[in-house]
Amino acid sequence: MNTNLTPRTPAPDRGGPAQPMLIVRDLKKYFPVRGNLLQRKPKFVHAVDGVSFSVPKGKTLGIVGESGCGKSTTARLIAHLMAPDSGTMIFDGEGVAEYGGLELKEFRRNLQMVFQDSFASLNPRLTIADTIAYGPRIHGIAATEANRLTHDLLARVGLEPGQFGSRYPHELSGGQRQRVNIARALAYDPRLVILDEAVAALDKSVQAQVLNLLQELKAERQLTYLFISHDLHVVHYLSDYVMVMYLGQIVESGPVENIYGEAAHPYTRALLSAVPSMNPEHRTLVSPLAGDPPNPINAPSGCRFRERCTHAQAICEALTPTIMEVGNNIHHQVACHMNNPMSGHTETIQEISA
Amino acid sequence: MTTSLLMPLPAVAAPGRSYWAMVWYQLRQDRMAMLIASILLLIIFSAIFAPWLAPADPYKASMLHRLLPLGSEGHLLGTDELGRDMLTRLMYGGRISLLMGVIPVLAAFVIGTAIGLFAGYMGGKMNMIIMRVLDVFYAFPSVLLAVAISGALGPGMSNSLIALTLIFVPQVVRVAESVTTQVRKLDYIEAARMSGAGAFSIIRVHVLGNVLEPVFVYSTGLLSISMILASGLSFLGLGVKPPEPEWGLMLNTLRSAIYINPWLAALPGVMIFITSIAFNLLADSVRSAMDIRR
Amino acid sequence: MSTPLVSVQDLGVQFSGNRTASALNQVSFELGSGEVLGLLGESGSGKSVTLRTLLRLYPHNKTQISGHIRVDGQDVLALKERELNLYRGGTVSMIFQEPGLAFDPVYTIGQQITEAIRAHGNTDKASARQQALQMLERVQIPQAKQRYDAYPNELSGGMKQRAMIALALACKPKLLLADEPTTALDASVQIQILLLLRELQQETGMSVIFVTHDIGAAVEVADRIAVMYAGRIVEQGPVAQIVHQPRHPYTAGLLASSVGMENRGQPLVVVPGSPPDLAMLPPSCSFAPRCTYASERCHRELPPVLNHGKLSLACFHPILPFMEAA
Repeated sequence: MNTNLTPRTPAPDRGGPAQPMLIVRDLKKYFPVRGNLLQRKPKFVHAVDGVSFSVPKGKTLGIVGESGCGKSTTARLIAHLMAPDSGTMIFDGEGVAEYGGLELKEFRRNLQMVFQDSFASLNPRLTIADTIAYGPRIHGIAATEANRLTHDLLARVGLEPGQFGSRYPHELSGGQRQRVNIARALAYDPRLVILDEAVAALDKSVQAQVLNLLQELKAERQLTYLFISHDLHVVHYLSDYVMVMYLGQIVESGPVENIYGEAAHPYTRALLSAVPSMNPEHRTLVSPLAGDPPNPINAPSGCRFRERCTHAQAICEALTPTIMEVGNNIHHQVACHMNNPMSGHTETIQEISA
Repeated sequence: MTTSLLMPLPAVAAPGRSYWAMVWYQLRQDRMAMLIASILLLIIFSAIFAPWLAPADPYKASMLHRLLPLGSEGHLLGTDELGRDMLTRLMYGGRISLLMGVIPVLAAFVIGTAIGLFAGYMGGKMNMIIMRVLDVFYAFPSVLLAVAISGALGPGMSNSLIALTLIFVPQVVRVAESVTTQVRKLDYIEAARMSGAGAFSIIRVHVLGNVLEPVFVYSTGLLSISMILASGLSFLGLGVKPPEPEWGLMLNTLRSAIYINPWLAALPGVMIFITSIAFNLLADSVRSAMDIRR
Repeated sequence: MSTPLVSVQDLGVQFSGNRTASALNQVSFELGSGEVLGLLGESGSGKSVTLRTLLRLYPHNKTQISGHIRVDGQDVLALKERELNLYRGGTVSMIFQEPGLAFDPVYTIGQQITEAIRAHGNTDKASARQQALQMLERVQIPQAKQRYDAYPNELSGGMKQRAMIALALACKPKLLLADEPTTALDASVQIQILLLLRELQQETGMSVIFVTHDIGAAVEVADRIAVMYAGRIVEQGPVAQIVHQPRHPYTAGLLASSVGMENRGQPLVVVPGSPPDLAMLPPSCSFAPRCTYASERCHRELPPVLNHGKLSLACFHPILPFMEAA
């Protein structure tokens, strides 16, 4: 490995190792639906409806869910690309862009994002090198220094700098572009990286290369990842903790072994069995979930999943389940009436064969 | 251990060249474009160097030698209704006609892009206010509006330039605003916002480059229209005043000569035709050459 | 053995443009009635090109096609305009990756399906409408009667995909071509569509060629899998054999680099490098630069495609012998 690399100056660790990198409390974001002018009461899409979680330092939190569940909106709220309607976010023990907290520009150094569409996330008129160098230049790094940094980063992500630096995005393949996006995010020396479906659009063999790269980088630079995906296998591979979202709310969260081994929410179980079988002798016979992911505008009352849930009962329509621990495990939490013996639901998830 | 990806990259037409070098390279391949460009250059050249190249004095009238046909001795393209040499008048006329074609477009390009960028990036109410105000101008047919503004301001070259600029600004703003609004939503703008850069830097580095191209292409298309409109204004007596040579004005003054010598009367029109078609075709070629995704 | 429904022999497709690209080379396969063939490969492997060539969707002047294609006894490459129109939709039909793309946004889906039915036979409006409704119900669209009058943009992704399947099957084709129909869908919808395709295939007895880059999806629907790389079929065989005992190193690499539940904690096995440029294919094995088993011969010669019945292999150093009994 090249020893005369540009010396790195990562953003300082303010909170210490025990402080979670990110704490989110009751985040909400509603989008108005444009109806006709005659509508008295404007309708809202409850894209994110009361989301709370925390991410420990150096770990990977995977967020899974179908389209429309609010995971991308959550990512953009955390990245401060849009303002939440209510709720708080604490980054490394401090607020952001508020009194006494981190300044927004300083915060940008700490948190970066890799988007899904590798082509749309690159300016088609800038060369790869210019794109990567843009961030450091904004933060005051001199041009020659920024160029060296770009050079090292391109090499680190597996793109030969002499060959790729002067190329334009349309001259690269999807996997190569995604590597550029990763390099660009790393140029800030961030501490938390949000990966919003970052490998979804890639071929499987290229995906494997990029996943390996992400793991290596995480170990080298002590990064914390927020990995958003609908691909459960990939989430299992990368994540330490997993959060399952449905219609803007968290339905289950916990360590990866608990979620994949003893899922406590019927939706999680359905998602897990919806993955296509790799064994031709044991093909999937019945679809675990019927219907399409629901429309976030007309969320059902009570438990939002009840219309697709095979175990829904009267209590599910009447009362919204609250997040509670599963058994004695404080880390594994679920929002389902079956988990709560006092709810009036007559079944428990353990009785139902997976 | 780095994951290896060191495969030879597929060869691209012009590796490593700067954007404008690539555009020039593409243009040179297009033989039609080169031909048209040379014709246009010839016209522009003769317009610029008219004082040195022209055979006669454009203002020198001679009642004896009125309306001499083409190919007459000493007057290659004949003389006009006041005996002035046509070839000279056409060359000098080119200066004014070309200027009146190019300047309004240039001004509209600059002003329109600025307004469009601002409206597009701001979005929301500000965008709506600006665009609706411009819609009022846009609603009028351009010729009518040009005549109306010119008429209100009075004849004269500078007034016509102002009128024409006012016609074109809303159109350019429309294109610029539409592209800015589209570009604004793209992921790379969000990535730029994540860099912590201020709005100005983002607009300058990321938005402007992508907006300039479609606006530039649209504006080159406006050149031919501008020329025709300018000539039209002069024809109507609202632009340049006699005895200045200007193709549109010449068309007007030679109207009565159409029964005596139709070829003569048509000459200024032919020049307008050739120049504006040339601008049009060249604009097309430039547009394809500028397409970065050849 | 009866004549296969689809017989493709030595199909080669070249695109001329700024540069000449060899999209397909020596592609040969057969498909019997009622069989489902999965075409597995990554971007640039030629799988979509194969499908589109079967429907002759490429412009005549920019494409050079060599080889033979016979579908249902017809020589597809020799079909003229009128016959081609009957062939498309009537004999062979296609569903695409983006569910919205098959529909014209200004007409309702019912109208479009009815139009397709009437274009292929002399059905009157009423019975065509009846058939269209039946198709919508068959693809399990809830409230089919209301959805008949819906516009494409009023439907969700999964619904649109079902409607596209209804449109494709409206004229009862013998062969259905599916170009990554589930790639753009959520996993929960994907599995529904895969099951639906399997059901419909068993009901109608039609043959299906299913193109995908997702091995799981191929396993769910296909009887046989053909693996494509750089425009050639590098391996072909029954789905169980391909998945459990692959012969070609690329197939093995693809299977190994698929993320499964057991990979957690270790680096994934990767196939290094990236697929070659189709405009600059080497005269030798195009996978050799990335292959761990490659020898000097692989960099010199192109391995011939060995065929035996429904099995194929193009490799000098397969992981398992070609003809070994499993």
